[in-house]
Amino acid sequence: MKFQDLTIQDMRQKLLAGDLSSVELTRACLERIKATDSTLNAFITVCEDESLAAAEQADQQIAAGNMGLLTGIPVAVKDIFNTLDVRTTCGSKILDNYVSPYDATAIAKLREQGAIIVGKLNMDEFAMGSSNENSAAGAVHNPWDTERVPGGSSGGSAAAVAAGQVVATLGTDTGGSVRQPASHCGVVGLKPTYGRVSRYGVVAFASSLDQVGPVAGNVEDCALMLNVVAGYDPADSTSVDCPVPDYLKNLNAGVTGKKIGLPKEYFIDGLDPEIKQAVDAAIETYRQLGAEIVEVSLPHTDYSVACYYLIAMAEASSNLARYDGVRFGKRQDPGEGLIGMYQQTRSAGFGDEVKRRIMLGTYALSSGYYDAYYLKAQKVRTLIRQDFLKVFEEVDLLLTPVAPTPAFKIGEMVDDPLQMYLSDIFTIPTNLAGTCAMSFPCGFSERGLPIGLQLIGQPFAEDEMLQAAYAFEQATDWNQRVPEV
Amino acid sequence: MNSRYEVVIGLEVHVQLTTKTKIFCGCSPGFGQSPNSQTCPVCLGLPGALPVLNRQVVEDAIKAGLATNCQIAPRSIFARKNYFYPDLPKGYQISQFELPICEHGWLDIETEESGEKRIGITRIHMEEDAGKLLHNDDNSSSVDLNRACTPLLEVVSEPDMRSSDEAIAYLKQLHQIVVYLGVCDGNLEEGSFRCDANVSVRPWGQKELGTRAELKNLNSFRFIKQAIEYEVERQIDIIDDGGEVVQETRLFDPDAGVSRSMRSKEEAHDYRYFPDPDLLPLQVADEWVERVRNGLPELPLDKISRYQNDLGLPAYNAGVLAAERPVAEYFEALVALHNNPKICSNWVMGEVLGALKEKGLKIAECPVSPELLAGILKRIDDNTISGKIAKTVFEEVWQTGKTADQVIEEKGLKQVTDTGAIEAIVDEVIAANPGQVAEYRGGKEKLMGFFVGQVMKASKGKANPGMANQLLKKKLAE
Repeated sequence: MKFQDLTIQDMRQKLLAGDLSSVELTRACLERIKATDSTLNAFITVCEDESLAAAEQADQQIAAGNMGLLTGIPVAVKDIFNTLDVRTTCGSKILDNYVSPYDATAIAKLREQGAIIVGKLNMDEFAMGSSNENSAAGAVHNPWDTERVPGGSSGGSAAAVAAGQVVATLGTDTGGSVRQPASHCGVVGLKPTYGRVSRYGVVAFASSLDQVGPVAGNVEDCALMLNVVAGYDPADSTSVDCPVPDYLKNLNAGVTGKKIGLPKEYFIDGLDPEIKQAVDAAIETYRQLGAEIVEVSLPHTDYSVACYYLIAMAEASSNLARYDGVRFGKRQDPGEGLIGMYQQTRSAGFGDEVKRRIMLGTYALSSGYYDAYYLKAQKVRTLIRQDFLKVFEEVDLLLTPVAPTPAFKIGEMVDDPLQMYLSDIFTIPTNLAGTCAMSFPCGFSERGLPIGLQLIGQPFAEDEMLQAAYAFEQATDWNQRVPEV
Repeated sequence: MNSRYEVVIGLEVHVQLTTKTKIFCGCSPGFGQSPNSQTCPVCLGLPGALPVLNRQVVEDAIKAGLATNCQIAPRSIFARKNYFYPDLPKGYQISQFELPICEHGWLDIETEESGEKRIGITRIHMEEDAGKLLHNDDNSSSVDLNRACTPLLEVVSEPDMRSSDEAIAYLKQLHQIVVYLGVCDGNLEEGSFRCDANVSVRPWGQKELGTRAELKNLNSFRFIKQAIEYEVERQIDIIDDGGEVVQETRLFDPDAGVSRSMRSKEEAHDYRYFPDPDLLPLQVADEWVERVRNGLPELPLDKISRYQNDLGLPAYNAGVLAAERPVAEYFEALVALHNNPKICSNWVMGEVLGALKEKGLKIAECPVSPELLAGILKRIDDNTISGKIAKTVFEEVWQTGKTADQVIEEKGLKQVTDTGAIEAIVDEVIAANPGQVAEYRGGKEKLMGFFVGQVMKASKGKANPGMANQLLKKKLAE
């Protein structure tokens, strides 16, 4: 059996039984990365020496009977997480040489549970993008069709799991950045409720929307990863102090008697027919599994994309102000004083999409425009959140497509940013509402491209959502297929 | 007061709080430490670091708000003030904008010219300080972020002041209050209490405000007064010459006594304020406000009126004793031990403050505690020593830390009240000064002072002056 066919649970058993050592596992993983990453470009940094040293320690711990949830298991994280002593580029030239003096809380939690962090994953610059084409480290290629994008912004996090480079990864999801690439790569990706996982140490894109999310090959591993990273963090004022259930515990609770809503605004005419077919089939599967399917309405859905981009860009324009050449970024100083240094450094250090968003966000916050744009967007956001809360009085979960099309070709949409923004249309509303959602495989297009299904859960009801996803995964075999890379 | 123009002044004061840790992280706001040694990912503004609000800062803001008659907002919002400057590590300052924690307050001030007057306080909000730029010899600059994230309260007044005197009276009172509350050390020179003044003039009777200039870099009450007066004159000159005052920020140069334009309105920043998504709206429960209100110290104005009304002190004494909280506390501790406010007041204002000033000490460092001083005053009261000897005792207590009784005993300073002993001295004095005795008996009664002086001198000050007086009168009349 190839190591890339193993789940986290398989690995744990083998490590505990002594059938496999962490060093062997980590070495196999590093070899797999070496063999595939020239094709995929999923990694920005691979930590070979560090991870082998950590693996040796893990083997000692396992021998000593100290097995955490992830002890000895190689994982990788999006390059947006601050990691002590390993550079954190956030996919940007401006942070090219940046080495953080501290670990993000999510990283510290991975380490506490013994995970081996083998590297930092490629991403759209500052998590801005839906295709992973906006990376200073170059585009990531979809393992199912290397001419296609893996989705974004956590493209590396999804592609690495799909290609069996690592068993699980962490990404971040601001408008669909975990779910959309998970869908395009045929893996499981989860965006927790805002406040469920600490944002401390995650380079900020849009602070009121960013949330850390796990990506894994199956629902169970995804639940295990969430077990590791979820929880209140006093260092993040927006993290929420409410109990974290064991997401693995009642995973097989099933969906009998559950009420699943289909928001009619998500089943629009423009939806790709292959996606519609796959989602329809999934609905039928849930019906057979004993769920009650009802149509519901989220009336403000149409405003989501505009609302999201105003808020996200406004926050981003402020969050990215610190990259000004004083302490971050390669300083470009033509000797024209401070303003000249700022302009040159930022012009040279940021990519086009990031610049576009900084400028739009700055405009939206400017005096005289604030009320018309930012403030109005916040009001619309409240309405969108109310849509969800209201509908959750009637149903337990919502079921929707993840993306309007399967993975598109690299370069196909780069000249049409607006069209690109629309590819997040089904994932954005949950970030605005702050609730949880996940993507998992529900079919393949004729070309053999994965199609994902989205479940949206009630705030802090990740357990219920995972149970429903698990039931589907058990009833189907979509996640058994693996790409040939 | 100018006969043609009315002066309008509004003040913005930055009060640096003396909390143990910074406003959004656990670093100590260490001053005078080596550059960037008092920092962490949060106050350095490192990518991914997040602010967590220091509860003590909120408590201090509530204190300041209550002491200045503000309403405390049950819900207030932190906002980002966006601008680029190398001493601002995040590219924005976390402050409060639309919903500050305190609003609608006031202070009553008093000046010679305009008497009592109420000055409105628009708002008090919490914010973080920026770092500091250090300019090097080689034309480069370095950034020290030790001060970054240090907690500040910004106290914004209404444009209610009409002269530099009123501005100073308001500032002094605000200064006294925040120092009294223990939320600020009040050091103007070191920037713990910083003032920006918005100054404009308008023809008397005009309703609209004139165009204002904002004066910065005012780090003493004297400079503030100078800068305002310079600015008023400057603006009047411009208007008189047919010009127009432009809205701008001006930097005061205390050495030259003038201000210079720093930036005009056109160059003014658009700060693009928006609610900081990293911090939740701040909820302040009524119970919290009440708890703080109940724990507030008695404020200077209340003390002054109590000292006058309940303790019967003159206004001047009450003002001096209440001016600084430690002095007031010393005085009150003394009165509690020695229930004669007038005498206590005289001794604190005279001997204690005098000696402290001479030695350059603060009252907290005074070697004569209220207990020791009360011990001296008690011995005056029971005639063990005279008021004059008491001053000698005070000096000795100051030097040695011994009690009054120990000093009196050891130095033999006990007042002589034995009639026989005093009589003997009186006899000696009369015998030694026949000329004066004759003059006295001839009607020159003023000489009584001379005789008493001689008796005191002969007794080394220990004779009871009243008894000496009585005996002299009797003997000289014989």
